[in-house]
Amino acid sequence: MATEILMPALSPTMEEGTLAKWLVKEGDTVSSGDIMAEIETDKATMEFEAVDEGIIGKILIAEGTEGVKVNTAIAILVEEGESADDVEASSGGGSDDDEDKAPIDEPMSANPGAPVTVVVPAEMDIPEGTEMKPTTVREALRDAMAEEMRRSEDVFLMGEEVAEYQGAYKISQGLLDEFGAKRVIDTPITEHGFAGIGVGAAFGGLNPIVEFMTFNFAMQAIDHIINSAAKTLYMSGGQMGCPIVFRGPNGAAARVGAQHSHDYAAWYSQIPGLKVVMPYSAADAKGLLKSAIRDPNPVVFLENEILYGQSFDVPVMDDYTVPLGKAKIWREGTDVTIVSFGIGMKYALEAADKLAEDGINAEVLDLRTLRPMDTGAIIESVKKTNRCVTVEEGFPVCSIGSYISSVLMQEAFDYLDAPVINCTGKDVPMPYAANLEKLALTTTKEVIDAVKAVTYR
Amino acid sequence: MAAKKTTKKANVSKEELLSYYRDMLLIRRFEEKAGQLYGMGLIGGFCHLYIGQEAVVVGLEAATKDGDKRITSYRDHGHMLACGMDPKGVMAELTGREGGYSKGKGGSMHMFSKEKHFYGGHGIVAAQVPLGAGLAFSDKYRGNDNVTFTYFGDGAANQGQVYETFNMAALWDLPVIFVIENNQYAMGTAMARSTSSPDIYTRGAAFGVKGEAVDGMDVLAVKEASEKAVAHCRAGKGPYILEVKTYRYRGHSMSDPAKYRTREEVQKMRDERDCIEQVRDILLTGKHATDEDLKAIDKEIKGIVNEAAEFSKESPEPSLDELYTDIYMEAEA
Repeated sequence: MATEILMPALSPTMEEGTLAKWLVKEGDTVSSGDIMAEIETDKATMEFEAVDEGIIGKILIAEGTEGVKVNTAIAILVEEGESADDVEASSGGGSDDDEDKAPIDEPMSANPGAPVTVVVPAEMDIPEGTEMKPTTVREALRDAMAEEMRRSEDVFLMGEEVAEYQGAYKISQGLLDEFGAKRVIDTPITEHGFAGIGVGAAFGGLNPIVEFMTFNFAMQAIDHIINSAAKTLYMSGGQMGCPIVFRGPNGAAARVGAQHSHDYAAWYSQIPGLKVVMPYSAADAKGLLKSAIRDPNPVVFLENEILYGQSFDVPVMDDYTVPLGKAKIWREGTDVTIVSFGIGMKYALEAADKLAEDGINAEVLDLRTLRPMDTGAIIESVKKTNRCVTVEEGFPVCSIGSYISSVLMQEAFDYLDAPVINCTGKDVPMPYAANLEKLALTTTKEVIDAVKAVTYR
Repeated sequence: MAAKKTTKKANVSKEELLSYYRDMLLIRRFEEKAGQLYGMGLIGGFCHLYIGQEAVVVGLEAATKDGDKRITSYRDHGHMLACGMDPKGVMAELTGREGGYSKGKGGSMHMFSKEKHFYGGHGIVAAQVPLGAGLAFSDKYRGNDNVTFTYFGDGAANQGQVYETFNMAALWDLPVIFVIENNQYAMGTAMARSTSSPDIYTRGAAFGVKGEAVDGMDVLAVKEASEKAVAHCRAGKGPYILEVKTYRYRGHSMSDPAKYRTREEVQKMRDERDCIEQVRDILLTGKHATDEDLKAIDKEIKGIVNEAAEFSKESPEPSLDELYTDIYMEAEA
């Protein structure tokens, strides 16, 4: 059967091209792979190969013709004994199936920038009379891992110094003794590689906990966290989940300089497919880490070195979990909403105490999870207080605070009595000198000043 | 690479030879059709064809058993067809349709099949190398004797994460076969211009990983090497490197003008070393099949590929609701 040879698209963006040269003539026999013509695109001259076998019955577009639209018939291929006249040349000019395509400019939602919705389970009730045990964040994290490793054989921990050294920050103390070297695995110092191995193991159905000695070093592994872990479920049409937890200390510790003090909260929170957790208290650290390990999605779990040694009450329960995606009100108030998370809560709570002395009654909200973010809780609180200050240690540009400000502007504009102020780390790499470092982080005083500004005191 | 035709009388049955012929031909015809659909604007973006390299995946797959895993880069259509994925689903993914393996959301470079243990389809050069070692880790953790075939190119062999992975795979005796598909060009850069030593398979030596080079245009040689590597891994002896010397006839992607090599170089490969022609030769000279037998296979393959192409055109584009699905899995209660 005679068939048309169409002007090919030779690059993702090509719409038309120049038929620079024919390398075959009418009457020539071609077979698959033979080069028939040279075609100039906007980028390069490309060779155009035959796909089917046949005889060039007729050349429809002469060489040297410019502006030949993709899918225009340029020649007719016939079989032995056929004539090119058996085919009527189409008028050409591109494919005609454009009309069949679904319209792509239909709005998907009233707010095109809204994050994808995630189902968030209800918060667990702590029964009346439950014993509360003072526990450090360090112990709480260890207990969470141990409980989940007892619960499922598929959970294992890997990272630098997690086993024999008992953890660079002693988070994995005792785990090697209880679970053995098969499930508590020391890795070489090779973040990119072991993060990839962890993600592969999760594709294989296991539940890895990958500890980064600090998240600063995870920058070497960020390709696997984002491209391999976060995107694969989508790219596979829902087939290939990645149940993995990446955890470790994040943000500034003390006097460790610019490369060891980076807060990645805002970076990871931008990524659809990741869940991002940044706990403050020991109870939340435990309950959230247990939920993160059970979650079928990749979770970035951002801890803080300074908080590791701090004690909080943790409920003594068989299986205490905190759902990912629920904020917590630490302190109820009526005059202003202070939103924070992680170590930022330290400044927020200190500021609230001091403000109370001045008669300002601040509500303090701990986000706990940054993605999915419980923006509903922020909005509810602001509807009551009409003012908001956010607190974090990360950089100011495109921060968590700036996102919260935009959400409030879009969804609670009529309730705001003052512009939202973001207290953040300063827009500088972390300096080493003690006085400069202190200045580079946010401070309780800055939070107090911000609250006074939004409450016009 | 020695430019000689294979003369070796390998210990293979007629049925095996015919199945290699058929599998390689399916990949070639499928890829030619994909190139055609790309030219018609039905396939967009990047599309990396496997034409010329068919013997690599077909030879390696010949030594697999159920539960073995495979993972590769973005030049992945051949791997999917070789492990038994449905040509219709692959082609419909290329056209970005609902009937594709990823419901049209992955494209040429991102397809997966849990059922066939095909783990992608990865677009970042060499990222699949530690991922493949991680898959092997999961098998070792579970205590079974499955192996993971981790494919990457001569270009990827210069990425740092490959060597991080060699180190850990050796340290932990992971059952992973690193298959380096050396097609001699990393996009447009010839190996001699990018790679300090000509024998990539020797690079495992520094980590204690055994390796060997194989003629990747000879499916029987690849199969033999695959069996050896698989036996090594299944026996718990750790990773193995196979550098399979192959050649791609087409450009790096569809938009590659291929000015970095001569037309004669490509033609010489096609004329003298083509993997399909070699098997065809053995089948005919060994009187395992007649010209008619092979024509019947050609016809059958053409039918399968045409059916896949038709399906890929007829399958609708994904529903607009699909934009917001498959981002998170719901947690079990």
